[in-house]
Amino acid sequence: MATTKEYNYPDTKGKYGEYGGQFVPETLIHSLNELEQAYNEARNDQDFIEELNTLQREYNGRETPLTYAGRLTEHYGKGKIYLKREDLCHTGAHKLNNALGQILLAKRLGKKRIIAETGAGQHGVAAATVCAKFGLKCVVYMGEVDTERQQLNVFRMKMLGAEVVSVTSGSKTLKDATNEAIRDWVANVNDTHYIIGSVVGPHPYPMIVRDFQSIIGIETKAQVLAKANKMPNYIVACVGGGSNAIGIFYPFINEATKLIGVEAAGFGIDSGKHGATLTLGDPGVFHGMKTYLLQDSDGQVLEAHSISAGLDYPGVGPEHSSLKDLKLAKYYSITDDEALEAVKLLSQMEGILPALETAHAVAYLKYLMPETKKSDVVVVNISGRGDKDLNTIIERLGSEFK
Amino acid sequence: MKISEYIDSVNKTRKVLSIFLTAGFPNKEKFVDTALSVLDAGADMLEIGIPFSDPLADGHVIQESSFDALTQGVKMKDVFSYTEAIVKKTDKPIVLMGYANPIMKYGKNNFAIDAVNCGAKGLIVPDVPINEYEDFFNESYNDLEIVLLTTPTSDEKRIKSIDKKSRGFIYCVSITGTTGVKTKFDESVYKNIERTYNTISDNKMLIGFGISKPEDVTRFNDYCDGVIIGSAVINSLRYDDEKYSTTLKLISSISDVC
Repeated sequence: MATTKEYNYPDTKGKYGEYGGQFVPETLIHSLNELEQAYNEARNDQDFIEELNTLQREYNGRETPLTYAGRLTEHYGKGKIYLKREDLCHTGAHKLNNALGQILLAKRLGKKRIIAETGAGQHGVAAATVCAKFGLKCVVYMGEVDTERQQLNVFRMKMLGAEVVSVTSGSKTLKDATNEAIRDWVANVNDTHYIIGSVVGPHPYPMIVRDFQSIIGIETKAQVLAKANKMPNYIVACVGGGSNAIGIFYPFINEATKLIGVEAAGFGIDSGKHGATLTLGDPGVFHGMKTYLLQDSDGQVLEAHSISAGLDYPGVGPEHSSLKDLKLAKYYSITDDEALEAVKLLSQMEGILPALETAHAVAYLKYLMPETKKSDVVVVNISGRGDKDLNTIIERLGSEFK
Repeated sequence: MKISEYIDSVNKTRKVLSIFLTAGFPNKEKFVDTALSVLDAGADMLEIGIPFSDPLADGHVIQESSFDALTQGVKMKDVFSYTEAIVKKTDKPIVLMGYANPIMKYGKNNFAIDAVNCGAKGLIVPDVPINEYEDFFNESYNDLEIVLLTTPTSDEKRIKSIDKKSRGFIYCVSITGTTGVKTKFDESVYKNIERTYNTISDNKMLIGFGISKPEDVTRFNDYCDGVIIGSAVINSLRYDDEKYSTTLKLISSISDVC
């Protein structure tokens, strides 16, 4: 088990072991340096911290509750299950934790225009929300395929005053939306801040997003201690890019708590149509970072597949790659069908309709819980709510509820 | 002959014209002939792009050419065999341009060995800036001239460190943006190019991104040792006749003012 002294990433070159770094065109280096410097000043600035804390409390609705899942616990008859309720954040998912921090950084940097990429639309909504709140122009890049399966969020973003650019290159999903956002940033770097939505991209992004999201883990730690008088034995979170997972994992990396990340197995990991990057990928360079990657034998990046747009990403945050190699976290995968079952399960057992992303974490309980002891405490990060997914859910499960 | 020596020799009479082609585009079978006719039309050098699924530094013209090449099944070994076939018929240098991931997947050492063996002189990897240089380019790359890029956002100190590290030449990116035809350059672009040209001392400097016509080249000529043209040629090739007559005419008209 690592101690605090052992685990201290990123290093001065922005690396998590061999992962991370700054694999970007030269044009962006200046702004990445500027961002890192601004962030390092801000994180030690009491006014900044105070402003962010106030926003988190009074605008985002933090702290979010830790809910005891009594019926779900009974259902498995083993360890106690608690749910960290990021679905209760303003805008319906953990994404605003990061967007609020980054909009304050953008303000500090004097940037007038915000760009963002989005998969499920949750991060796009979060970015559009903070831009509305702070009066900045917002452009959100979204793959054409995602604009179709997440129409509700497209509408929300537009309603919030953002421009939504439908990306038609490549696989027309999150990876291509991210490419376009990076290209936009390369072209408009002087007046534009790029709010990346996950713990991905070039350094310092994976660190900044992790730090803003780690409020989830910090609160969880105190809440579990208060309720169960111990550290949790297991923490389960879904992983696409991996921001909600890092957010809840990070404060526990040096604890004995077992950290479990759940990726999308899509149609099944043997189907070739999945998003199980850490399970089946191998290291490569993508979106400015070295990390595990779904790629073919020529090093071309593959299209990921998942029923949930937010897990439909062929890369993963570099810190997850490092945690996997160091065996500080374990990663498993859950199929589309299993995730849909979990949507039903959590809805009917606890009255909580989870996002399809989140449902992957919930679904993993059927494998985990039989291995737990009665005295164990398991926390599942309920990263978002499922309202945005109703179209997809109705398409797949609608006939059962007529 | 090293790339820098070659540029020196060309510079005795003219500026260097380097043309970027995406490997296997527009037609895999005819690519070697296309490249040779581009050289015949007046190009002094070739940059051959290795197709990649996610070309971050490229605008839509080169992106689409990259996807077309991948659709035709162009692989790394094809890039090497095209290069080998071209260098057999010319003394003009070939520089490979490729993103980090396909090179890593091929194996960094194997890539360097095969690139040198096929006769490529240099290599440009747009997503490996000097921050990652030491980790990425090991001693296998000693025989390949690694060309680094400067951009309008690189400050003087950085331009100097890039100049120290770069071999072959400096690739001066004219604009803050991706590759693609630019109809007009702002005054600040010229100022920045002049500044960069005056800052570097160890390398020759070629300007690229956005350049598409003879007038652009005339305007840049005082502050560079050559120019690189990519998107304008790729775009023209896409819509050209079978002999690529319009494209070759464009290249030759640009070459005339170099």
